[in-house]
Parts: sequence; structure tokens; C-alpha cells
Amino acid sequence: MNEIRVAARINGEDISRTVEPRMLLSDFLRGPAGLTGTHVGCEHGVCGACTVLLDGEPVRSCLMLAAQIDGCAVTTVEGLAGVAGEPDVGALHPIQRAFHETHALQCGFCTPGILLSVAAFLEETPRPTRDEVREAISGHLCRCTGYHNIVEGVVRAAELLAEGP
Amino acid sequence: MKPPPFDYVAPTDLDEALAALADAGEDARVLAGGQSLIPMLNFRLAAPVKLIDLNRVSELSGIERRPDGGLVLGAMTRHRQLERDATIAEYAPLLAEAAPWIAHAPIRTRGTIGGSIAHADPAAELPALLLLLGASVRVARAARDGEAPGRVERTLPLDDFCFGPFFTALEADEVITRIDIPPCGPLEGTAFEEFARRRGDYAIAGAASRMILDEDGTCLHAAVSLINAGPAPALVAGVEEPLVGRPPTEDRLAEAADVASAGCDPAPDMHGSEAYRRHLVRVLVLRTLARAARRAAAGRTPGIETEDG
Amino acid sequence: MLRVEDARLLTGRAPFIDDIEPAGTLHVAFVRSDMPHAKIRSLDISRAADHAGVSAVVTAEDLGDLCRPGPVLVPPPPIDGAIFNARTALPLAREVVRHQGEAVVAIVAESRYVAEDAAALVDLDLEPLDAVADLDRALDADAPLVHEDLGSNLAAHVRQTKGDYAAARAHADVVIGRTFRYDRGVSAAIENRGVIADWDGRDGRLTVWDTTQAPIPVRNALAALLGLPESCVRVVAPFIGGGFGPKIMFYAEELIIPWLSMRLGRPVKWIEDRYENFFATTQERGQTHESELALDAEGRILGVRDVFLHDTGAYDPYGLTVPINSQCTLLGPYRVPAYESEFRVAFTNKPVVTPVRGAGRQHGVFVMERLLDFGARELGLDPVEIRARNLLGPDEFPHDHEILYQDSAPLTYDSGNYRPSLEEAARRIGFAGFDGERAAAAAEGRCIGLGIVNYVEGTGIGPYEGARVTVEPGGTVSVVTGVGTQGQGHFTTFAQVVGAQIGVDPGKIRVVTGDTSEFHWGTGTFASRGAVVAGSALHAAALSVREKILQHASRALEVDPEDLVLEDGEARVRGAPDVRIGLGELASRANPLRGAVQPGTEPGLEAAAYFGPARGTTANGVHALVVEVDDETSDVTILRYVVVHDCGTVINPMIVEGQIHGGVALGIGNAFYEELLFDEFAGAGNASFMDYLLPTATDVPAIETAHLETPSPLNPLGTKGVGEAGAIPVAAAFAQAVEDALRENAPGLEIVDIPLSPGKLFALRNPADGGEDS
Repeated sequence: MNEIRVAARINGEDISRTVEPRMLLSDFLRGPAGLTGTHVGCEHGVCGACTVLLDGEPVRSCLMLAAQIDGCAVTTVEGLAGVAGEPDVGALHPIQRAFHETHALQCGFCTPGILLSVAAFLEETPRPTRDEVREAISGHLCRCTGYHNIVEGVVRAAELLAEGP
Repeated sequence: MKPPPFDYVAPTDLDEALAALADAGEDARVLAGGQSLIPMLNFRLAAPVKLIDLNRVSELSGIERRPDGGLVLGAMTRHRQLERDATIAEYAPLLAEAAPWIAHAPIRTRGTIGGSIAHADPAAELPALLLLLGASVRVARAARDGEAPGRVERTLPLDDFCFGPFFTALEADEVITRIDIPPCGPLEGTAFEEFARRRGDYAIAGAASRMILDEDGTCLHAAVSLINAGPAPALVAGVEEPLVGRPPTEDRLAEAADVASAGCDPAPDMHGSEAYRRHLVRVLVLRTLARAARRAAAGRTPGIETEDG
Repeated sequence: MLRVEDARLLTGRAPFIDDIEPAGTLHVAFVRSDMPHAKIRSLDISRAADHAGVSAVVTAEDLGDLCRPGPVLVPPPPIDGAIFNARTALPLAREVVRHQGEAVVAIVAESRYVAEDAAALVDLDLEPLDAVADLDRALDADAPLVHEDLGSNLAAHVRQTKGDYAAARAHADVVIGRTFRYDRGVSAAIENRGVIADWDGRDGRLTVWDTTQAPIPVRNALAALLGLPESCVRVVAPFIGGGFGPKIMFYAEELIIPWLSMRLGRPVKWIEDRYENFFATTQERGQTHESELALDAEGRILGVRDVFLHDTGAYDPYGLTVPINSQCTLLGPYRVPAYESEFRVAFTNKPVVTPVRGAGRQHGVFVMERLLDFGARELGLDPVEIRARNLLGPDEFPHDHEILYQDSAPLTYDSGNYRPSLEEAARRIGFAGFDGERAAAAAEGRCIGLGIVNYVEGTGIGPYEGARVTVEPGGTVSVVTGVGTQGQGHFTTFAQVVGAQIGVDPGKIRVVTGDTSEFHWGTGTFASRGAVVAGSALHAAALSVREKILQHASRALEVDPEDLVLEDGEARVRGAPDVRIGLGELASRANPLRGAVQPGTEPGLEAAAYFGPARGTTANGVHALVVEVDDETSDVTILRYVVVHDCGTVINPMIVEGQIHGGVALGIGNAFYEELLFDEFAGAGNASFMDYLLPTATDVPAIETAHLETPSPLNPLGTKGVGEAGAIPVAAAFAQAVEDALRENAPGLEIVDIPLSPGKLFALRNPADGGEDS
């Protein structure tokens, strides 16, 4: 099998690796790129845990090949707040802060994918209704929260983003 | 759930892609949006020796309005574009209405119109919708042995393209390049509705309806296309009978819905019996025909007021 | 109090199992049976073994002595006359496979990709055997045998009675008899299971990272099976992406992966994928109940008779916990003078059934609440009235139900006050004005209906948990306990319990759970017991440390202990807050480098403590909802949802509400979305997230919650468990509401099978058309 060079900008940093063509983007991010915040829940595109931003748009990283991001920009949960070192509540991205304030996560496994979908959603819909929020996150499975507080978290995030930094 | 090994190329030029496909033979697969193919790879339900990725072929992208008012959609047009594009909203509102119901945003970011047609899932929305709109499919391949070198193209109406579940007229060395949608007429209305267990799921049943009225409100044309109600998308025969030449009253719409319900060919599955699916078809056809009729009467269908050709 | 664990989770820095990968790790894929019941005719691994990048290919033969049936994890309670036939699985199947997904071969390779490539090269020749697929026919004389040596498929038979049901029935004015079915589902934690083992041959130590709810029992089992001292085995449960029950088990992979690491001298890792999870992880229960409710003319319960069949799948490693939960939870908050309950557990050729959130309790609640609904209909009572007439009063506690619970203790309710819960839920859902609301909706052509049901949940059972609290010389307070945690917010709740005693901000307390090198006494997280049992142990340990702090501070500050207050990490003199000393400083002084130590004292500010309740505490609650049924499509939308619950003293209301929300969502899944489908040969029909429908954000409504607090007398915190409560009564409430919504359009409709679906609701309403339902 041929090996392929992938050069991409991930969370603002250029990275270049040689991979097998069949390597899934999710495995590339978690392995060669060393970013294990992107979680894998189903590997058939339904649970949404592995969602990342590709050139600003949400995609399932388990339904893309690593080879396909050559020349693209990817954002993972690690790039959302740009926090280095031991994370501190004060340094969180407004969406992360909102999720913390509203108890929008329990086990936290599905959370990274949801955060990135929500980031793209709020960019397009800065003042969403609760129904719009429910539809926007309906491509993400969460088994812990019953979604109630995730909806509150997204509404709160919209408020925090509107307040500005 | 990891894909089996394969070779991979991502050409930037269509002829290059066609050549690669021709060279690789029957065991190669074209990678468009990948939202159906990659799950199949992950489950190891497909094992191509080579993937030819079309995502870098710029020739396959773009949404254009033809001089006659029709639309040309590049095969790599993403579902997300159908959802957001102003031209689509204006001149093919049926696609804009249906697009948000195709899976979820992260899938629509990648999924393509060409991929959806080539995959030919009877539960997919786009083949049925494009059929209703009278769309045709342009396909291309590299010249075969004995043919003059170059690109060989052909155009097929959509109803000659999808034969059955996951079965199309596409040959192993062919690629869908674009979709042509004819212009819509004045006083035309379309509507879409599907019934799925959850938002974004494949529909248990879906319907798209189209109606054209004259100035007096008499029905000139009525058509219904069904989703997941048979092995392949097909226009329902006979729905126009109770409607054409008369105003679309409630009773006549109901009669047309009965025709659709009786004429469709749904299979029982985990979500319900054949009877339930026929029942849903009736409900959805009635709802969409009524909505299409209202829209036609309101002259809201795009392409009328701003007709420039 | 917001959660202290959030920041790490929100930034993707909390380590989950698959994020751990020691250098040189090898990866495992299993070859599993694709048939539910088959003889292994032949097995050829040679092509797989020769594949480039493969380190080992292992079959049952290679396991040698280790290839023996796994343990029965929970012994059945000592119920008179009970039959229990234990049959547990081999780590890798030999000769016969008894359910789809049973592992036959383990392949170790340089990557999971290569391991899966090699798995495809294994030549496993299976000869299909007749399979037991239908629970209702599993015990028929001519049924195929899952375990041939047993002579039948009977895994257990248990009868428990209270009072004289036959006499009660003879005096009844109304007897309601129905058959109820409640089918299978999966727990579907979004994180699948995983095990990583790293054997260090130089000093004979084994480290295992494991998505387990019970790290200490796993360590003990591994030590015993692998012939190692317990102290040389460390099991770590890292952050876990949801447990919901099945991660309590001891699975074959938890033995094979460490054994492979020892054999190969390399770290070895297995991460279950979603497809495997549908077979290899244990599932929820299918049950069929034949039930009867005897009522007097006023709707008072005279007695209940319930005979049911429980599907345990191919093996029964978790004893009788699930069916006994069904049996005991059926009684609910009601006065039931006579109860006759008998169940049989059947082996089938389906994946193994063990507790999943609710763990059989929902079945009991469903049966009882549905019987009451039908009784109310017969007597012309409304659903609230018939329930109110049968509630135990606040003066009837402790209440002995005269049967045994899953923990082998008598089923005795410790405390409760049920009527206020029912009234509050009725008020919040708008029960009083609902006839008008329903009529107004009907006038618009909409069908809406209300459901309201009770439940009681036995929680917080023994045997015990332990904890250690340490004030470190640097001032850090560390808290360790043996239970694992799967997202329930234990880091926060435990810190709150300790912080309250020693005056330290919970945000500054370091909590470690689920690492046997830090604490090795305890059992695990199950039966809604973490906050109750481990919380109580922590409370006791914190009290001991508090005493030590006060003694040392009293000496240091030369005041009476009574004059000290502990706050902000310091001991301060009451009324003179400037006279103070930090806890870290006290910890240093309590651990002197020189000088004499008082006889009988211990160094440091540290204490361990244990808590073992005599029996479980009983939480209760009421769920109420309003649904709208689309008369045309038979779809059901939940418009409002109210939960009023009483889990005793609430430590953290935000976390408790979150537990309720998640439980309700799972219950909604059980009721209307999630159903595992099998064909007539017990083959899986929908083993993917495309086809197995977990509810999403558009399917679960906003949930209104209210807490009532009747403290438990059985533990010092007064808490009762809450982890499973949300899931338990949903299907019963949902069924009642759907019937209510269709009272005009489908009068007499009775929902007795769960899960429901639009297709099934249509079939119920159109019996002539429903026959083709699959």
C-alpha cells in the first residue's frame, strides 16, 4: 500500500506526517497528532463524539481519511480555548465555560464533539431558540445528561459570546 | 471497525480521475462525500483496492443557473450548500426545503449530491427529489480500448439512472459529473415531508409533491415522488388522474393520496408493517400535495417573478 | 456547587481508556462468532498468525488452565426453595458458541488495523445449531438446549410470597389480569469498554487500566487467576465515558489482555468497538409477566400475583439480581397485603443480561402501575386517586415487605413520605385542569394525554465502601476511595462531603477514585450506591481527620478544641480569627522528624474509615408527563415532563438533577426508541447506532425536577441513591399518557408491551393490518 504525506494546520500548528491511506482522521488526530481529546464512540458517523471542525465546518472525523485533510485547517477540542498546561476554569472558551456553569456534561466523553458543533452553530446562529439548539445538537448522542443541561449550556454560551471577551 | 487497506489517489483534474478509475478496474471505488462509503469501509462491508477521491476536482463543484432558467449542480455539491445557497433557495426550493432533513450538519458538510445519487439508497431523499424535478444526470468516463482518446460523456434522465436498491446505470469506470435541473414554470409549487423516528434518520417514508396550476387555479400538472416506499425512486403513476384539469380540492387531493398509497411498494421492516408504511405514504402525500397546491396558488414558486430567460 | 472535574473534561485533557498507550503497545482484535449457536467444527489460525505485523494469535487451547468458566459475581440470595443453575462463559469459546459475538480467537498485532486484517484471515468453521430465540418458548420441553449438560434451559426458579393471595383474590371486587412484555436494550455508554495491561517482568508487577465500575474486585480476580499477589496487581479505572451497569462485570477481555501482556512482555491494549459492544457487553433484560391485581370496590389493593419469565441470555454470571429487582420493585410505594411472585430465568442464545441502569426495576414498576391503570379504568377512578388510596403512610416505616431483596437482606423500606410527592407532581403537571386542556386540544384536532406514576427504588446497598482522607504537609487535602466513577460527579460530591467537615473549599480537594494502588478496600459503583455508601465512609473518615486537626490545633494554638472553627483550610480561634494555623502546617507538625511521639497516636492528619449499611435505603418519586400523539402518523411527542423525587438529603442538587435528566432520557429510550431486534434464530437485527435508536436532543423534552427530602435513618448523611431513579418509571408513565391521549380516537387501547414505536402503536390500533410487523 502506498503511504501518504499529510500536511495540515491543526489548532493553528502545522503538522506533517506520513500515514497509510486507510487511516481514519479520528485515529490520525488521536495518534500521530497526539490530540486525544477527540473521542471515538461508534466509527460509523452517528454518535458525533469525534466531530471536529474542518476549515471551520463540523465533520465526523471517523468518516474522513487522514489523507483528506492535506492542506486543510482542523480544530479539535484542544484548540477551542488554547489552554496550555493544567486546565483552569478561568481560561476556558465561553462555550466551555457555559457548559461548566450549566452542568452540561457528566462523563464528558461526548462533550468535545458537541462543543465543536456548537461552536460552528453559534457562529451561524448567534441567538438561537431552544428548539434550534435541540435540532443543532441532534446529531450528537449523549447518554448521561438527557440533553436538558446541554440545551441550557448552549443558550448560556450564546449569552457569553454576545457579551464578548 | 477499521477500514481494510487500499491505495488512494486524490487527483485535481477530472480526466486524471477518470484515467485513474479506468486503470484501477472494477475493484476501485470513487470517494465523494464518503458519508456512506466510509462507514461501509469501517464495517468492512466494502474492500476496494483503490479509492479515487474526487474532493480535489474543482470542475465538479459549483451551482449555476443556465440561460433557460434551469440549474446545473456539480456532482460534488454538498448537502450543506443545498441548504444554504441562495440560488437553490430561489430556483429549486424543494431541495432547500429537504436538505436540512438529510442526516445532521456534520454529515451534510461532507455529503454530496452526486454521491447520494450514485449510492442509490431507496431511503435517500435526493434521488427522489431530483426525479420529481425532472433532473438528468451527466456522467463521464475515460475512453476505453479501441475508442478515440479523451473523455466520453452521456446524459441520462434520473428515472433511467436508479434501477433498484444501491443499483444504478453507472458503469464501473464512470463518474457522475453534474446534475441538470430544468427550469420550473409559473404557478408551480413543490413540497417535501418525511417521517423518520429521529431527526436526521433515514425516513420510514417520505414524499415530495409538485403541482402546476393555471391562472384560474386549475391543476395542469401533479406529480408525487416517494422516499423509501419501493426499491428505487419512481414517480407514482396515476396521482395526476383525479387532479389534472380540475381545481385541487381536498377530496381530489385525498383521492390522489389514496392512489399513491395503493400504488407504492413498501417492504415491512423493523419500523413497521407494509400496512403502516402505506398509511404513512397516504398521510405524507396528502400533506405535501396540499402544501404544493397552496404554494402554486400563491405563486410563491421561485423562477416566476424573476424569470429572465 | 459546580463540578471540579469539568475543566479537564471540557478541554479534552481528562484521560479516558483509549487515551492511554504505553510505549510499545500491541493491539488486540477478537474473532467472534457471527452465529448465535453453533458447534466449532474447525479453527485454522495459520494464515492469521503468518500475517505481517501479527505478534500472537490465541485460542482457547492456548489459555490452558485459564480456560475455565468465569465466576458467578453475585451469589443468589438464600431464598427457600430457590433453584439457581450457574453457567458462565469461557474466556474464549471452545467446541461451542452460545451467542453471537462470543469471542473465539484473540489476535495481537502492531495496530488495531492490522489485527482486524488478520482477524479476517482466521478460518473459523461453524456448524449452526438450533437456537433459543423466543423467551416465551425457551422452557418448552422441545426447545433446543443452550447448555446441553443442564437438560433444560432453566437458569433459575424463585418464588417469594407474602400473605395469602388466593384468599385476597377470593374477596376481591375486581381482578385485573394481563400479560406484559418488556424487551431488551443495550446500555450504550458512548464510550465502549477497553482494557490495557502492562506487565513489568523485572519486579513482577502488573498494571491494568480498565473501564470498570469495580476496580478492586477486578484486581482481586486477576491476582487469583494469574497467580500473583494482590499487592502486585494495580487496576486503574481512568475517566470513564459512562457506565450504566455493564461495566460492573468481570469480562473475558479483562483476563485475556493482562495474560497476553504477561506472555508477550509488552503492553497490550484492547478497545471494544461499537459493533462488538452490541454483543460482547452485557445487555438489558427481556421479561414476560403474567400478572393479576386484586382490588376491593374502593380500589384498594388486596393482593398481587405475578409470574414472570426472565431472559438471562446465554449465561448468568450476575446471579439473580435483575429478576429479584423486578420482583421486589413491583410493590412500589403501596400497601400490598398479599403478594405471590414467582419467576423463572431462562437461558437463550442471546447476549448475556446483567444490570443496566434500573436493573429490572422498571419491569416491576411497569407491571404494577399498568395494573393500577387498568383497575382505575374498571372502577372509574382517576390515576392519581387510585394511587393515593394505596400509598403507605408516613407512620408505616420501617415497612417490612416480608420478602428478600437482591442484597440478601429483607425488603424493608427505611423511610419515606409518599403522598406529598404524588401531590406535588400532580400539581406541577397540571393534573387538576387537564380534562379541560385535553378537550381544548381535541377541539384543535390534537390528541394530548397525561401520565402519572409512582416508583420506589432500593438503593445504596452493602456490603461496604471505604475511604481515606489525608491532609498533606503542603496543605493539599487528598481523598481516596475504592469506587470507580463514570461521570456522576463523585469528584465534586465526595469533595463536598469532606470539605464540609474540615473546612476546606471542595475545589481544593484532590479526589482519587478507582485506583487500587491508592485504596484497595471496597466493591464498586452499582445499585445507586456511590454517594450513599462511599459518601458515608468519606464522611466518617473526614470526621476522624477533623478530630485530629482539632487536637493538634488545640495544642498549637493553646485553646480548647471547642473554641476552634475550621474554615478556608485553617483552624481558627472562634472570635479571634487572626489566631490561626493552616492545615498543612498542622500536618507537618503531626509528622515530626525528631522528638518523642505520644504513645498510641498516629502520625499525620490522616484517617481511613468504612461504612457498611445493614440494608439498602429506599428512595421514591413520581414521574408525570404530557404527550401529544399524532393521530395520523402514530408518532408521540413529549410536551412536558415532571419528576418529583425524594432521595433523602441532597448533597448537590445540580448533580442530582443531572442524574434524573439522564435517567429519564434512558427511560424514554426504553419506552419508545430502543429495541434490540433479533431474528428467529437469535441473530442480531440492528447492531449499529444507525438502527438501534438512542434518543437525541429532539426526542427528550425539557425536564422539570423537584426534590423532597425524607432523610434516611440508615446513614449519617441521610442520603439515598439517585443514579437509576430517572430511568425506572418512564415506560409506565408514557404508556398511560399515550392511552389517555387516544381515549377518544382509540378507546380501550391498552399498551402492555414495551418498547412501543409508532409502527407498533399503529398495529395496536389496526390489528387487522398489523400482522406484518416484524
